[in-house]
Amino acid sequence: MLVYTQSPSESSMANTHTSTLQPNRVETSLTKIRDEDFGYAQARHLLLRAGFGGTDEQIRTLADWGPEAAVDHLLNYEDIPAESDPRTAFDANIIRPRSAGERAEYRRAQQAGDENVLAKFRSMRQTAQRADRNQMRQIQRWWITRMIQTPRPFEEKMTLFWHGHFATSFRGIEDSYHMYSQNRMLRSNAIGNFADLLRGIVRDPAMLKYLNNNQNRKLSPNENLARELMELFSLGEGNYSERDIKDGAKALTGFTFQDDAFVYNKGVHDNNTKRILGKAGNFDADGFVNAILFSNACAPFICAKIYKFFAADIPTDTKELEGPSRTVVRNMSNMLQQQRYELKPVIRRLLLSRHFYDPSVMGNKIKSPLELVVGSIRTLNVPARNTTLLADAMDKMGQSVFLPPSVKGWDGGRSWINTSTLFVRQNTLVYLLTGRQTNRRFVDSTAYDPTRLVPSMNDPRLESNPPAQLIANELLDLVLGYRPLGAADYLVDAAQKIDKPNSAKGITAMLLLITSMPEYQLC
Amino acid sequence: MNLHNNPDQANAYTRRAFLQSSAVLASAALTVPAFIQSSAWALPKPELGLSSIPGVNEDNILVIVQLSGGNDGLNTVVPYRDDNYHRLRPSLALNADNLHILSKLGSNGASDLALNSALTGFRELYDEGQCAIIQGVGYPNPNRSHFTSMDIWHTADTTGTGDGWIGKYIDAQCCGYGKGESGSPDGSHKFDPPISIGREAPLALSGRHMMPVSFETPDQFEWAGGKFSEELIENHQQLTNIGNEHSEGDSNNAFLMRTAMDARVSSATIRKAVSAKPLVNYPNSQLSKQLSMIGSMIRAEMKTRVYYASIGSFDTHANQPGTHARLLGQLSSAIRAFQSDLKAQGNDSRVTTMCFSEFGRRVGQNASNGTDHGTAAPMFMFGPNVQGGFHSRHPSLTNLDNGDLKYTADFRSIYAEVLDKWMDAKSRDVLGSSYKHLRVLDV
Repeated sequence: MLVYTQSPSESSMANTHTSTLQPNRVETSLTKIRDEDFGYAQARHLLLRAGFGGTDEQIRTLADWGPEAAVDHLLNYEDIPAESDPRTAFDANIIRPRSAGERAEYRRAQQAGDENVLAKFRSMRQTAQRADRNQMRQIQRWWITRMIQTPRPFEEKMTLFWHGHFATSFRGIEDSYHMYSQNRMLRSNAIGNFADLLRGIVRDPAMLKYLNNNQNRKLSPNENLARELMELFSLGEGNYSERDIKDGAKALTGFTFQDDAFVYNKGVHDNNTKRILGKAGNFDADGFVNAILFSNACAPFICAKIYKFFAADIPTDTKELEGPSRTVVRNMSNMLQQQRYELKPVIRRLLLSRHFYDPSVMGNKIKSPLELVVGSIRTLNVPARNTTLLADAMDKMGQSVFLPPSVKGWDGGRSWINTSTLFVRQNTLVYLLTGRQTNRRFVDSTAYDPTRLVPSMNDPRLESNPPAQLIANELLDLVLGYRPLGAADYLVDAAQKIDKPNSAKGITAMLLLITSMPEYQLC
Repeated sequence: MNLHNNPDQANAYTRRAFLQSSAVLASAALTVPAFIQSSAWALPKPELGLSSIPGVNEDNILVIVQLSGGNDGLNTVVPYRDDNYHRLRPSLALNADNLHILSKLGSNGASDLALNSALTGFRELYDEGQCAIIQGVGYPNPNRSHFTSMDIWHTADTTGTGDGWIGKYIDAQCCGYGKGESGSPDGSHKFDPPISIGREAPLALSGRHMMPVSFETPDQFEWAGGKFSEELIENHQQLTNIGNEHSEGDSNNAFLMRTAMDARVSSATIRKAVSAKPLVNYPNSQLSKQLSMIGSMIRAEMKTRVYYASIGSFDTHANQPGTHARLLGQLSSAIRAFQSDLKAQGNDSRVTTMCFSEFGRRVGQNASNGTDHGTAAPMFMFGPNVQGGFHSRHPSLTNLDNGDLKYTADFRSIYAEVLDKWMDAKSRDVLGSSYKHLRVLDV
């Protein structure tokens, strides 16, 4: 029989927490973490940030592999077989332009004042819009489910990053298939070259519609896309002039779409010479994108956003960065420029860096609603239950995929948390763990066996039941990543009140309590 | 080292300093923050005392109603006799037979102005002298982005950055504004967090040291783990507090601890307060629901001094008339019911209500029978303590700034007056500059 000992990772976990009280020098180099420094806590951290967390077994596997194999497994996701998302998964024609015959019929009815025909067209449109809104909800559930089930979590995490970066909302587009197409475009470029993403986004029907570039014509320019392309997607405020916006808009003229496809309408393109970001020429959208990529502000801006998404809650404005994050972002952006905007080497370097595993970085980031919900399901192995309810809950927490609040995307960090969203966060965990909702009598009774989470209860070498304290500690290791002083005692006490600490009910009680702790909102 | 926005503010308001400063039992201090312990969250409120400062009652309450999306001021307070109005809005302009023509009130009477016919409740309050209309409210270099302009209104800063104006006010009350690291909570100004109905914490209410309490519906405003077993609640509370000792300063952890504490401590009080049936019937709308809950919290004599409600969808780019009338009707009937509720409670003289929107709309209508983002618009204030009638001047419809109205009143002069005369603050300290009062408040 095995003797119960402290888990090997325990001492490093304790350090993670208490060292914030005695600030040490923060590691800012992108030097690779030493193999011997990469243990359970570090593998757990990697899986949370570069994915959506994982089970004890997954964490141990990555820890055993060591940092490079673990990071490469996540980043080289093309090597992992996965279901593809076929172009035909959703109805592309749910919203379609009127045919020539319909247009003629509509015109005739207008001229004749034929109310019956006009009413028929109105009702057709309303029916289509209703179906479209339904399909949008389906696509939302499809993506959430994909994040929950995918064997390639980094692919979805990166796609989510680009969705927040090139934020486009179904509201203002009203064509769910455009949103789906954009999602496919972002996914297929997720870890490629940033230049391809910019070239893709100026050809993306959803974005062209969202920022009104379909109305951007030589004789009546619309500057919306030109401005956001620089302000929010590539350079940041203060790194371009009003002139750059005006001429950038001219370069974008004629980049539009027809039905579901990108179209370059030469007839409305402005062929005059433009001056953008210090370069002159008869630019079109690609010329504009090239001028952006030449700017020295581009790499730091993108790297700050990548750093903010994966490493720490920092201000997005690169000028406001200070201390270690400033140094790290500078190192990353030098590398991104050297790599000619290839993203993977830079992100790989960050995820392997000593800085990424510094105690000031680990466990100090506020989970987004998707990280919380998807991460809880993947870590606790709970049934996903009703994804419609989960999507509603995440909306109440401030994050609806395909419906970001504005073109700025989600602010992230502390803006996720207030007293309202905190209760919704805690109560969504109550729902996932027990099937119970706050305002419904109905209980979802899908089976859930939490005993599988506890390593010592699933070790065939053990002949007797593990002690209650060990069960509580193992749950804390998995769910919180460390063991707050005294927490295990309260957990054991609760489990004993409810049932036994090693029963499904007792462990569920402990999980309810751990996930209700403010600390659970951090990853 | 620190990865956060404002490392210089770290430790300004540590939980430990907070706990040590209060003369309460250590065991209690670990479970309930000092500001809450000493206030009406926990204790029955003493009888309403008249303030010792003449004209300033310390029980004064401010209710802010946000109209999101940019309310069309010209079709709210209507210059129906102005030919330019009809010329620039051929299909949207409202005519005299379809408006509430107002009698002259006060020195700034405006016989050329009328209220949208949906604003029956406003008209009644106007006739009672309890509705102040401040015309042409805006700010220099208007921003036409919803988000930026809203941030400008929330921060009272024309860059739209920094803390919220109410947040700054509460910081000043609680710790002395701008004291930063050395500022310690001043025992004489225990303060409850402002309360917002909704899923967001409005920037206006967010300060450095205190964040608002937000809730959307009472049934979502408690931990649901008790449904699994009531016995867990005690352990839940113990575990919520366990990290307090380690959560110093400005870390995300400390921020979460504070928020969790605010949520847990306010949950029971708020749910109890809003479960009471209001004294008057409210109409059936989202805003009415919000204001009825605020009314119930005021009636429960909670010590909260600032409440926040909001109504959306004022972004009327297309087919404006029906939508706009429906929204104004909901706004007007909700506020009318709210003021009646307060009067029935006997609390009306303690409460002033303020309505604002991030901008008005352009003077000329667009091609979709709607209006695009504009600039200045009227603000409304309600209650027995306002100087009913019109304030400031109506902006000219001919002297325009690129098709937009030029503002005639800076919104910060209204904030300043509210802070100075209603909230017992020094507006200059909160807003960073002095603004001339418009004498909207009659206190």
